[in-house]
Amino acid sequence: MTTETVELERIPGKDVPVEVEDLETEEITVNIGPQHPSTHGVFRMMLRLQGETVVNLEPVLGYLHRCQEKLAEGHTYLQSIPYTDRLDYVCSMTNNHAYVLAAEKLAGIEVPRRAECIRVIMDELTRVMNHTLLVGFLLNDMGAWLTPVQYALREREKILDLFEMASGSRMMCNYMRFGGVAHDLPEEFLPLLHKVLADYPVFLDEYERLLTTNEVLMSRCKYVGILPPDEAIAYGVTGPVLRASGVAYDIRKVDRYSLYGELDFDVPVGTVGDVYDRYVQRVYEARQSLRILEQVTPMLQETPPGEIMGEVPRRFKPDAGDAYGRIESPKGELGFYLISDGSDKPYRWRVRAPSFVNLTPLGEMCRGHKVADIIIIFGSLDVTMAEVDR
Amino acid sequence: MTAEELQALRTRLEETLPDGAILEVQESGALVLRPDALLEAGRLLRDEEGFDYLSNVSGVDWLDQNEFEVVYHLYALRRGERMLSTGQPDGAPLATGPSPENQLSVAASAEAKRVSAEGMLGPVVLKVRVPRDNPVVPSVAGLWSSALFQEREAYDMFGLQFEGHPNLKRIYLWDEFADHPLRKDYVPEEA
Repeated sequence: MTTETVELERIPGKDVPVEVEDLETEEITVNIGPQHPSTHGVFRMMLRLQGETVVNLEPVLGYLHRCQEKLAEGHTYLQSIPYTDRLDYVCSMTNNHAYVLAAEKLAGIEVPRRAECIRVIMDELTRVMNHTLLVGFLLNDMGAWLTPVQYALREREKILDLFEMASGSRMMCNYMRFGGVAHDLPEEFLPLLHKVLADYPVFLDEYERLLTTNEVLMSRCKYVGILPPDEAIAYGVTGPVLRASGVAYDIRKVDRYSLYGELDFDVPVGTVGDVYDRYVQRVYEARQSLRILEQVTPMLQETPPGEIMGEVPRRFKPDAGDAYGRIESPKGELGFYLISDGSDKPYRWRVRAPSFVNLTPLGEMCRGHKVADIIIIFGSLDVTMAEVDR
Repeated sequence: MTAEELQALRTRLEETLPDGAILEVQESGALVLRPDALLEAGRLLRDEEGFDYLSNVSGVDWLDQNEFEVVYHLYALRRGERMLSTGQPDGAPLATGPSPENQLSVAASAEAKRVSAEGMLGPVVLKVRVPRDNPVVPSVAGLWSSALFQEREAYDMFGLQFEGHPNLKRIYLWDEFADHPLRKDYVPEEA
């Protein structure tokens, strides 16, 4: 029997020194997955363990790889919009938005104001929904099996109703088009939206009352999986995870795409960058999204109904060239890099998926933690495997 | 990024890099570099120009020119953050750090004014071209860790060899798979 002694170092930037085991055992390799204990998708981790402490973690990807980039090269630009729905199936609206934004950049298309208003409404509803759901699933990962996620799903249904009203589909919305959106909002949309906006803060308060200062949640999450800000930047982490690490970088503020330059909202940041901060970050961001929604609805009402499409050529054939368009999706920076060779199909269709890049530091974040913690560290990153593997 | 800023950046790169390192400046503003100058240009952009965030690495197969291309999108993230908190890209850095109370502080959204230097937020687009029969590109994973997975993906899909990558192996496809499917001359197996 070989006994390899492994010195568990103190992880730089982490406040709590990693507990060094007095009792050293034989190092073992454990395979977790390809089914995740929770419902984040098909994901496998190769762990090297010293007792219950993680010495090394290597994510193994590809179980949901479905050649989306290759497929898109064989389809026209327009035909690829439904494929973007299936990247991150929770956030089909923002996926649509990122793709049409890149294509509009490539072809130089203007979008009418009403369509921009509708897009912002859809994006922010998606963000609220995604963050609510994430909190539910995070609790699931923590062992609060199904009850919190049930409440999250209940609230999400109300937003899905809105999506269905606008696009005809609850999850695979396929709603945005180059130069605008597919349909104008039906009459019943705004009254229902106002109702959701009125109810949602009440729900968030209730949720927070149950969770934010909950002792179990705090003891499981605090100082677990700390990601220091400089490391987060180097690893290319974006979105709520980056901001929870204390870096106030929000593409909505920096790029000011769509209408975000005119809207008033704050960018919350965390201080420690642990799982707890990432949880609170989501709740804060959901509140900010509600604030944005309150501002956009009057803007929408000022625009003439029906003007939802800009001038788009019947056959979408952008001139040869390339463009990179990115948005702040609920998971981070979602970008599309498109290359046109002048034909009606993209020469290259690249997705810069936030979930994929945000996974890069997972091994680093989990090192030195217990096996039970890696589940919630992974959960707190908010990763959709469909988007990782594409 | 405006034309003047791009010009200024190009001048600074040309001063430091060896002659002929910048092969071309494309209409879109992308800088085409010689592969052997990539790491030095990257170091300069990261350490002196503040482009601390590598967003996107994508491979492209230009079959007609018999070349592979790797495209890098860089942003100045810390500068963007400062602009957001102070309204100026060169303002004082936001005070961050662990606090025992673990309280969330709300960054003043202020009016994130777009001042003249704002364009330097990015993206800076770098392109590197290598021959198809010897696709060796220096790895930038040592400069930006965000390239770790993305370069593995480009290796998987295009067969690009990233020299200096610590763990260059397939990421999506299984190890026994022989081909690189995003190459334009890839012929799928008959089912």
